[in-house]
Amino acid sequence: MNAQEKLNTTEVVRGSLKRRYAREKRFRLFGLAAITASLTFLAVLLITITVRGLPAFKQTFIQLEVTLDSKTLGVGENPDINELRKANYNGAIKKSLTALFPDVKKRKDKKALYKLVSKGGQYDLQKRVMADPSLIGETLKVWLPVGDDTNSYIQGNIDSSLPEKKRRFKDNQIQWVDQLTEDKQIQRRFNSTFFERGDSREPEMAGIKGSLFGSMLTLMVTLLLSFPVAVATAIYLEEFAPKNRWTDIIEVNINNLAAVPSIVFGLLGLAIFINFFSLPRSAPIVGGLVLSLMTLPTIIISARAALKSVPPSIRDAALGVGASKLQVVFHHVLPLAMPGILTGTIIGMAQALGETAPLLMIGMVAFIVDVPTSLTDPATVLPVQIYQWADLPEKGFVEKTSAAIMVLLAFLIVMNAVAVYLRRKFERKW
Amino acid sequence: MLLLIIFVLTSIAYVVGRSRAATLRKNGEQLHSLPRYYGYLTAIYTAVPALLLLAIWSASEPTFLKQSTVKTLPAEVQSLPQGQLDLVLNDIKNIATGGITQTADDPLREASAKHYNDRKNTSQLLKSIVVLVASILGALYGLRKIGIHTRARVFVERAMMTVLIACSCIAIFTTVGIVLSVLFESLRFFNKVPFTEFAFGLHWSPQTSIRADQVGSSGSFGAVPIFAGTLLISAIAMLVAVPFGLMSAIYLAEYASSNVRAWAKPLLEILAGIPTVVYGFFAALTVAPLVRDIFEGVGFEDVASESALAAGLVMGIMIIPFVSSLSDDVITAVPQAMRDGSLGLGATKSETIKRVVIPAALPGIVGAILLAVSRAIGETMIVVMAAGLAANLTINPLEAVTTVTVQIVTLLTGDQAFDSPKTLVAFALGLMLFITTLILNVIALVVVRKYREQYE
Repeated sequence: MNAQEKLNTTEVVRGSLKRRYAREKRFRLFGLAAITASLTFLAVLLITITVRGLPAFKQTFIQLEVTLDSKTLGVGENPDINELRKANYNGAIKKSLTALFPDVKKRKDKKALYKLVSKGGQYDLQKRVMADPSLIGETLKVWLPVGDDTNSYIQGNIDSSLPEKKRRFKDNQIQWVDQLTEDKQIQRRFNSTFFERGDSREPEMAGIKGSLFGSMLTLMVTLLLSFPVAVATAIYLEEFAPKNRWTDIIEVNINNLAAVPSIVFGLLGLAIFINFFSLPRSAPIVGGLVLSLMTLPTIIISARAALKSVPPSIRDAALGVGASKLQVVFHHVLPLAMPGILTGTIIGMAQALGETAPLLMIGMVAFIVDVPTSLTDPATVLPVQIYQWADLPEKGFVEKTSAAIMVLLAFLIVMNAVAVYLRRKFERKW
Repeated sequence: MLLLIIFVLTSIAYVVGRSRAATLRKNGEQLHSLPRYYGYLTAIYTAVPALLLLAIWSASEPTFLKQSTVKTLPAEVQSLPQGQLDLVLNDIKNIATGGITQTADDPLREASAKHYNDRKNTSQLLKSIVVLVASILGALYGLRKIGIHTRARVFVERAMMTVLIACSCIAIFTTVGIVLSVLFESLRFFNKVPFTEFAFGLHWSPQTSIRADQVGSSGSFGAVPIFAGTLLISAIAMLVAVPFGLMSAIYLAEYASSNVRAWAKPLLEILAGIPTVVYGFFAALTVAPLVRDIFEGVGFEDVASESALAAGLVMGIMIIPFVSSLSDDVITAVPQAMRDGSLGLGATKSETIKRVVIPAALPGIVGAILLAVSRAIGETMIVVMAAGLAANLTINPLEAVTTVTVQIVTLLTGDQAFDSPKTLVAFALGLMLFITTLILNVIALVVVRKYREQYE
């Protein structure tokens, strides 16, 4: 009411200003901290996986002079294919190892020595001999993959200062490996096995080729099924559907399906596709069916947004020169909306590529060595392979898992980059 | 093969139909539509009836074959119970396809297998002939229809429209399929185990049901510990996701310069794009041991290596972008005038946000959080890999708990008999999961929609 009191209010405000500004600053800092923390976590996640996975792209090989005499191999004069397949390549490898270290006599030590070479080494030999049977009787210098423990020793993952009993890699093995390294008979090279083989129980022989092919087949089915159906649905709902109860129900349904947990789709696949229609278990076709049901809502929603962003003037102009309603949509609106639809489709596909849970339900989790070649072959996919490997205790598989994750993330990054590029390139402001 | 032939025929029909219409037009006939629509028309007549026939035949073929094979079997085999009869039939099928069989040479089965093969070959031959004839007849009919009186475009567009409508119904079929499949199997489960035991029982050990000599022999299916575990992990996840997500959204929407926003937003969204199996691997291998070491270092004892805390933490981080991007949208949707009014009265920015913007955006934020909760409950891979299997009824986040999704996965992976309560209970759990998330989603969608209307 008088000047005195007004002054007081100002003073009160002034007095509290410091506190209020401090609060303001703190609040702002909280926000910044929240974002930084989330992004830090992202960085930590990616870095840990990369650090863990990088070694798996290299593999250690050991050079051996293997004598492929028919006596050790246990084959006759002119062996046929079957004989060659069953021949004792392991024996030949063992012989050459003993020749390298003739002092090793005790059975236990010999066993330890043999462990230096991977059990998969014999299959490499087998492959070479089957391709060229004239090799029998010759002495070859071959590079064979080393065993899991040897591999981790060479990577420095085994602490040799620990007492011998506490580590899997024994003193004598260390001595042998050190000697071989000195003689340049041990080498690290790019791990082509990882990309050229299917799953295996031996970490050094396990590869992702099988699961990559499985993923591709599954995604192909998903794309072929979900893209046309989703585009058709979006066109109908956006361009033709009358506003009534039925279309309302469809809309609510689609929005809901987008938020249904993925594992429920797996239950659907198990109960309907496998039990009711008795489609084969573990097959990419069933995986593709389930995943396409899952990605449908994603693609529909983005396709509708793309169709909506095409201005009505285009439609009016086309109608004006006498096009029918379907001609308007298929000749004019759809081509203009295509970049947007494709972007949404790629994002949906990326989601499908990373999906694991529903595929576990329909049995794509079996141990499968062969590379799938058709839609009904038992197969597994990359994320499921990661899940399976993550459960295995061998040290080598931790690396393999991380490496497989890196491959998966690389695919996802490429897909998303393409989506972003498409959006940038074809984005139009009307 | 047959499909390929039909495809070729259809293509030919299209070309012939179009050229025929084109000649008619050249000769001065006043056709209703462009020639290519007549091509489409013939193609539709060629392909659709043939494909329909093919589908019906292929669908009913196995049943016919089965019946006809069963008739060749002796009466005592025919009167076997369904399960054993199926086994015998399977054997016969295996012999017929040259696969491996369980029983060594059995003349009876060999004969049946031969019969089966014969019938199958006849059926396939007949099928091919019928389908091809239908296709050709269709093509001829279509060609005959080309003329002034046929409005080809209208016909073709009507067909297209039918396809569009059919496609848009798939979403409904999916929902119906989910509900039916889950509900049907759940009802079978509740026939064997009363609903009250499932919903209120405190003891969960479905694995014991394998042993028939056990008292009750059906294991125990009290799902309360599972629900409690799910809630515990989801609660931990929300404790992480809500503050971080909300503060991120506020900062991005209100404080960040457009440059920071352009970078930080997509980066945050990467978190949502990483496959959950990757999070699971990270949680199991890095976070869980870390959590255990830290808490054991502080002096807690018996920290489980698969603690609820580790799984919940990682899950929370995964959900941050959901909360943040949805809240970001609703916060930016609050009209600028409201902010200006508050700022004009002398409030600081944070006061404006806390007292004006957030209350105005609250319904939307609640919707976002509900969606995030439904996401947390349905999340599978993280908990499968990082949470335990043992159903402990506890609220101690350092103990191992199990969740609905973990149980579904463990009960349903691998081979299983489809009528034991052990596998059926997975569907009952799935039903609960579906219903819960459905309710959360519907509430969230309604809330968000109402809120949007308020400011539009």
